[in-house]
Amino acid sequence: MRCLSDLTQTKNKNGIKSDNKLKKNIIKKEKKMMSPATLDLVCDVDTLRTLIKKNKVRVVDVRKKDEYLKGHIPTSVSLPLSDLLSDDSPESIIKIMNNLGIADNTPVVVYDDTFGALASRVAWSFKFIGHTNVSLLEVTYSGWKNMGLEIEKKSNKFPKSSHSIDIDYSIYADAEYVENARNDKNKVIIDSRERLNFLTEHIPNSKNIPYTMIRSEDAILRNPSELKRFMENRGIDSNSEIITYCGSVGTLSGLVFFALKTAGISNVKLYPKSFKEWKSLGKPKIEFKDATYWDLSAE
Amino acid sequence: MVNSVDSDILSSTKKKHLNPDENWGLVEESEYFANKVKLYRQDKLNADEFRRFRLQNGAYGSRLNSEFSMIRIKVPGGDISPEQMEKIANLSETFSIGSAHVSTRQNIQLHWVQLEDVSEVVRGLAEGGLTSREACGNTIRNVMCSHFAGVCSNEPFDVTVHAKAIAKFFLRNPMCQNLPRKFKFNFACCSEHGFVRIADVGLVPAIRDGIRGFRIYLGGGLGAASFIGHLLEEFTPESRLLSTSMSTIRLYDRLGNRENLARNRMRYLVNEMGWEKFQALLLKERVIVEATMSIPTKNTFDGILNIDTNANSNSTISSKRKLPLINSDNAQTPYNRWLNTNVVAQKQPGYYGVYITLGAGDITSNQLRVLAECVREFSLEQKARTTPQQNFFIRYIKSDSIPKVFAKLSSIGLGNPGANTIASAVGCSGTTSCNLAITNSHRLAKEIQSKFLELNFDMDPDFRTSTIKISGCPNSCGQHEVATIGFYGGAGRIANSMAPIYTMLFAGSTGETGELGKTIMRVPAKRVIDVVLKIIECYRGEKNGNESLHDWICKISTGHGNGKVQTIDDLKKTLVPITELPSFAESPDSYKDYGADSNFVAKTARGECAA
Repeated sequence: MRCLSDLTQTKNKNGIKSDNKLKKNIIKKEKKMMSPATLDLVCDVDTLRTLIKKNKVRVVDVRKKDEYLKGHIPTSVSLPLSDLLSDDSPESIIKIMNNLGIADNTPVVVYDDTFGALASRVAWSFKFIGHTNVSLLEVTYSGWKNMGLEIEKKSNKFPKSSHSIDIDYSIYADAEYVENARNDKNKVIIDSRERLNFLTEHIPNSKNIPYTMIRSEDAILRNPSELKRFMENRGIDSNSEIITYCGSVGTLSGLVFFALKTAGISNVKLYPKSFKEWKSLGKPKIEFKDATYWDLSAE
Repeated sequence: MVNSVDSDILSSTKKKHLNPDENWGLVEESEYFANKVKLYRQDKLNADEFRRFRLQNGAYGSRLNSEFSMIRIKVPGGDISPEQMEKIANLSETFSIGSAHVSTRQNIQLHWVQLEDVSEVVRGLAEGGLTSREACGNTIRNVMCSHFAGVCSNEPFDVTVHAKAIAKFFLRNPMCQNLPRKFKFNFACCSEHGFVRIADVGLVPAIRDGIRGFRIYLGGGLGAASFIGHLLEEFTPESRLLSTSMSTIRLYDRLGNRENLARNRMRYLVNEMGWEKFQALLLKERVIVEATMSIPTKNTFDGILNIDTNANSNSTISSKRKLPLINSDNAQTPYNRWLNTNVVAQKQPGYYGVYITLGAGDITSNQLRVLAECVREFSLEQKARTTPQQNFFIRYIKSDSIPKVFAKLSSIGLGNPGANTIASAVGCSGTTSCNLAITNSHRLAKEIQSKFLELNFDMDPDFRTSTIKISGCPNSCGQHEVATIGFYGGAGRIANSMAPIYTMLFAGSTGETGELGKTIMRVPAKRVIDVVLKIIECYRGEKNGNESLHDWICKISTGHGNGKVQTIDDLKKTLVPITELPSFAESPDSYKDYGADSNFVAKTARGECAA
């Protein structure tokens, strides 16, 4: 939404009055020509390399610090997910972003080596405090490396920034919100954990879309048309409001958050404290004990 | 020399197994399934109609939870390519539980798939040339074929091509879309290796006067009531394979019981009518079928079969030979132990087949991928077979590759020894996913496997021919009636507490002379392992010379023991004390089933085989 209004402003500055088709063309053009770039939800490798070369992007590596020190995508800064999770209040997130030199208009691309789940949680947090221009790298660090693309070892530091704060509650859900959504026909709660965990216990009325369903062999997310078809099969309307959750800190469900967005569903919320908090609050849950499904696993 | 052998085998492999027409899938069935699910969800399709459709397409309802399905992937002839294994690995990870399950009928099953995702699995299968179409429902189920077909020393010819031709001909064929009940084919490679007496149609290849053909057995099958199949005629030439199959299906379709769900398999028809009458009707039916079969129909089948008239004269084998196991030296390294039980020599000199022993047929997606790599890297035929013992079998491996194969397999937990020994227990899916199951047969099979491997039972040649097979209910998916020691699950009350209790059977066997096991006694689930151990202890005290456990059990089952234990009753006296449980208060765990924390309750729902 924010993205769109920014673009509308630009358009108005240029004084263009035109039909929708024309508007779209202009927006596309501007995307290419103007600075800063407006990123899609997922950033492809070529786009990132171009942005890095032009020095027009902040790349955020969310792996552990020692992994970052062994090698990372050029110009990237280190933000281990655990640093963010140790205090994920909006004030703390802003502080972190300022330390990484991310300003309001800085395009940000986040990557990890955990099929995009950790990167998703960080990217969602940035969106939450009002930084919309953030994107997930379409591949993991291993994927990047395996393609033989450039990496570097030097630690990067950028001048501190001063990011504004404009919390986007439209992408956030807490336990109370989820509890109220349970019996609301227009809201769909999605459990992003693997199937056997879901069967064992889940939030009543939630549906299971395991994170394993939305990734492809060579990218952290399937292509949008496939994701759309999956959602259609499930009877999930693109106008529905969706809340995603997973086991404990909102990583797997963070990835599903981005998958659903990619599939064209606009109203998606993340319940970052997820099932761990839900259980600790003693909220109701559905357990399925009529089958011994765990014994089917060869793990 | 080596080169010429290689190219010979490769050329025959190409001809028989890498047929470009070998595509079982249809992508459009995916969309069709997705639409039906939508109609069903919108109440525009009633539950019974939808169930029938779902089953015809290979999706079986999951245990006490209709939101989920088990998808049964047909593996015709048990023959599967590495690409197909990888496809299944991905589909399992994406839509199922990250493990796949090899069934006793050579299918591969994906469990707990969300009903709305089934269409995507169907799509993925079709992309890999696979299908789940007619894997469930009242139609021709997966056509089974001995995993030794093509490499067995005693086979007159390779029947793989026949098994696949039958599978292809009847798949989606209008004549078998609505049979009274399911219908099963089983092809053996020789009189020893196959389940021909417990199938609707069981076929043992034979050659008479230089003509290829079969001994065909009809009307066998396992279930709540089991029957051994009857020999149709001394010899059925290959040229009558199709007409005989068609007539059997036509006769069954016309006369089979469509009223009583519990008695509508063909074996009941044969039994109620009497074999002679059925046989006479069938032979008459075949005359009609042959007289009226259109040329295109016959050509279609012959085209699929692509009969190789220059069958190599490898066909006359004078004396019966066992597939030799490789005997390693005594040093008990894991490799030697595995070599001892899991590697067999093929009839093609210098080539070996390798078993991958799974726990009750379960394999993770990552393991499937490594297995696929293994096939690509080491198997000359570039294929693997699923086995009725719920394992994989990779063939055409050269002797110098065997250590590398082991290294690769064991790197991911696939190097377990004990194939075809008592340690490799078979277990149907039981309460892990099946509506009909009463007990967790699946977990029990795994418990037996790990316990017996721990006790080194795989290394004892006495146990090599013995089998343990377990079903979670009387319906015999675990094939308990053809095991040396078989078990099927039930529930029972002991004092005032319910407990999972298995019925134990002895002396069942497979092959052309296969027999059904005899019911011996009831054993609480948590005492099954102890009872088997006691049987083994008795056997060790009684056995004569090289007598195997299987032979000893067969002997005492007919009351011909010649030591202290002469009959079943003698043995039972020793076993009964083990089956007695302490009171519930003393040992509540003894009354629980494997894999369950809560007290045992026998819960079942409508079986869908019959839908």
